[in-house]
Amino acid sequence: METTRRLFLQAGAGIGGGLMLGFGFARAEGAQALTDYVSIAPDGRITIMAKNPEIGQGAKTMLPILIAEELDADWTKVRIATAPSDEARYGAQFAGGSMTTTMNWEPMRQVGAAARWLLIEAAARKLSASHDAFTTAKGQVVHESGKTFAYGELAADAAKLTPPAADSLKLKDPKDFKLIGQSQNGYDSPKIVRGEPIFGIDMTLPGMVYAVYVKSPVYGARLQACDLTAAKAMPGVTDVFILKGTDWHGLQDGIAILAKSWWYAQNARTALEPVWDDAVGAPHDSAVYLEKAKALVKGTGEVKQQSGDIDAALKSAAKMVDAFYDVPFLAHVPMEPQNCTARVTASGVEIWAPTQVPNDGKALVGKTLGVPPETVNVHMRRAGGGFGRRLENDYMAEVAAIAQKAGKPVKLVWSREDDVAHDFFRPGCYHNLRAGVDAAGKLTAYACHSVTFSRDGQVAQGAGIDGNAFAPLVTPNFRLEQSLIETTIPTGYLRAPSSNALAFVHESFWDEIAHAAGQDPVAFRLAQLDAHLNDKANYNPARMRAVLQTVAKRSNWGKTKLPKGEGLGVATYFSHRGYFAEVAQVRVADDGQWRVLKVWAVGDVGSHIINPTGALNQVEGSVMDGIGSMEAEITFEKGRAVQSNFHEIPMMRMPKAPQVDVHFVTSDFPPTGLGEPALPPVIPAVANAIFAATGIRIRKLPILPETLITKQMASA
Amino acid sequence: MITLTVNGKRREVNAPEEMPLLWALRDELDLKGTKFGCGVAQCGACTVHIDGEATRACVTPIGSLDGAKITTIEGIGETREGQALQAAWLELDVMQCGYCQAGQIMTAAALLAKTPKPDDTAIDDAMEGNLCRCATYKRIRAAIKSASGQPVDDLRSA
Ligand code: FES
Ligand code: FES
Repeated sequence: METTRRLFLQAGAGIGGGLMLGFGFARAEGAQALTDYVSIAPDGRITIMAKNPEIGQGAKTMLPILIAEELDADWTKVRIATAPSDEARYGAQFAGGSMTTTMNWEPMRQVGAAARWLLIEAAARKLSASHDAFTTAKGQVVHESGKTFAYGELAADAAKLTPPAADSLKLKDPKDFKLIGQSQNGYDSPKIVRGEPIFGIDMTLPGMVYAVYVKSPVYGARLQACDLTAAKAMPGVTDVFILKGTDWHGLQDGIAILAKSWWYAQNARTALEPVWDDAVGAPHDSAVYLEKAKALVKGTGEVKQQSGDIDAALKSAAKMVDAFYDVPFLAHVPMEPQNCTARVTASGVEIWAPTQVPNDGKALVGKTLGVPPETVNVHMRRAGGGFGRRLENDYMAEVAAIAQKAGKPVKLVWSREDDVAHDFFRPGCYHNLRAGVDAAGKLTAYACHSVTFSRDGQVAQGAGIDGNAFAPLVTPNFRLEQSLIETTIPTGYLRAPSSNALAFVHESFWDEIAHAAGQDPVAFRLAQLDAHLNDKANYNPARMRAVLQTVAKRSNWGKTKLPKGEGLGVATYFSHRGYFAEVAQVRVADDGQWRVLKVWAVGDVGSHIINPTGALNQVEGSVMDGIGSMEAEITFEKGRAVQSNFHEIPMMRMPKAPQVDVHFVTSDFPPTGLGEPALPPVIPAVANAIFAATGIRIRKLPILPETLITKQMASA
Repeated sequence: MITLTVNGKRREVNAPEEMPLLWALRDELDLKGTKFGCGVAQCGACTVHIDGEATRACVTPIGSLDGAKITTIEGIGETREGQALQAAWLELDVMQCGYCQAGQIMTAAALLAKTPKPDDTAIDDAMEGNLCRCATYKRIRAAIKSASGQPVDDLRSA
């Protein structure tokens, strides 16, 4: 995708006679439009556009750093604005897949280099000197004679010039980087500590009303009837109406309550008694899913990946390990509940949304309202977390439909209960794993039969089971089979999708194999990696070996004597182009209560850590998020989520937050993202540490303290 | 009409007594710094001070606040603790998405007002009710220590 695009750029006069530099990403077929990334005012202030949504990973700060670096801007004078959502002008604009760094590392630096080129060229023409006789530093163009120009002085002239082709621009030698590799605070942080209204939920419009949208807790249920009279009579309520569902990703059957402020609308829910036809949910029960899965793994599934002769290898193994793993559904619960603000007029639709995919939202709203997507404008608002939930724009479709019918601007806010009931859940999954080890303790076979979920016969969103690259690479005889359970429960992508479940399963099992083979888990993994160092695969064993060796050293692996009830566990995982190895130190008390004391995380995400403070924050947060998820689950009864709010969804909180030691190993590869790859390995590292502490193997999440006592007492 | 004293100013709210303070602040008084996270006193995003006590505004009806002094994130910078915490939050670049941080700062400010140099246990106890979905706990702990003039290390056993 990245390689079929190239940059076009065009300069132009900005407001007040400054330089505005526009870059369009043209698609291969040549479609092109221009927009503005950089503008420089005559007084030297620089405004840089951040093209992607900000959901907490720091993209709004990181992307402008890339531009400012090559521009040699004075960072203290840079103002950052969020770009309009317009992919014809800005290229892909989304927050997901940890792709922001990967996709923008080069193009954003080219934007900065082009602006710098124009400013130098303007100076060169002023002095009738050669372009090559100039350098730049901190917002100034400097001639070899010592004569300097502030960028602001040159901006108006530079705006009249034609910039060179993007790929002809020479980018800085990394040793000259001044901003990349230095920590810069989040651009919005001063506003956040003062409580300024910058989030999606803080949006207000003149004449706006507030809405809730009441849906069936059973996904896919149709509304049969609802008397609206009582709700209409509730205090503060301005209108109540029914909407018909159109799309499983978007608008579903429901009742909109509009009121003069949000609490009135929320309060009026009690006056509704909707009748739902929710038979569709009846077969969808967590207990039923588990029974189905246990039956399915006894049969054969669709073979997704195979090498060698797995059956023969298992038969001839000196030792066989056989285990069933069970991973639950999870909710995203970003801290800011789903919300969206819309104004629908004859001339178009305006949306203000905390979303990870603004441009998808245009298509969905267009379809929902029956208007051309080009007439839908989505303004990106800062999002209070995403975690993949805001890859869906269902709330956007709802508010657009409500605002269209209401004929006035509407802010829709979901309650937390709405958010949990109507998530696109991280799907659960079940796996039967078998491995064979020969008499010398060498791994000879690895077979996995995974049961995952489907929707309309296709693997459901976020339910892919073939994301583990390590086992198939290093095992001579390998097989991955898949069986499906059809579900109506909406599933989706949760931070490090698939990997967040598969890492637990495979890396815990890897620990089981190492123990069966009588080997140290770090040494056992290193041995597998060493045997495949020269394999040319998507997975680079040398990069993983480096992070594993480093984490072993930093955690003093194999050299610490821990008190009774404590243990160290290790795991590695490759996802989202990042290599992470992590070690967890866990304490399990006699009553089964467990706590992670410390995690050492070492990652390789390429040649540069662009903004170290942000990068460290992502890894610290990912590690704690992963550990927190080990206590949570969403279960279903008759198609409805049993849990409803944070009292039933345990999450990481301050007293259990472990110490986290983060270290990056740099390599020669282009930098890649950090929103996700540090999360998957921490889960098996903790599970393996619990095994080390107690001898109890964790094959099921969430971990319940009582399961750690019984066996501990039995073994005592 | 209910009169509230918010950040030192008297404000009139034309709403029923049972309206939670959170929604009176956000929607009636246009003070949007106080955040909605759960509505059931489980996340701390809505934390404000009522007569100096950290309180969950989502479960506090405005009818109960006659004569009370309410401080929100918009006003906390006027206090010594609030100012020190805001500065420490920026110095240590605590935020990820930032949504929970107003509530975190409000709870921390109430802690520091009572316990000027909290140790790790005091921080754990005070902050447990404030969820950070982005899990910036390491930095929140460090920022509280920094704001209270202590070394920022986490001294819990590890
Ligand atoms: S919104 Fe009040 S505690 Fe969560
Ligand atoms: S910073 Fe995102 S919830 Fe705390």
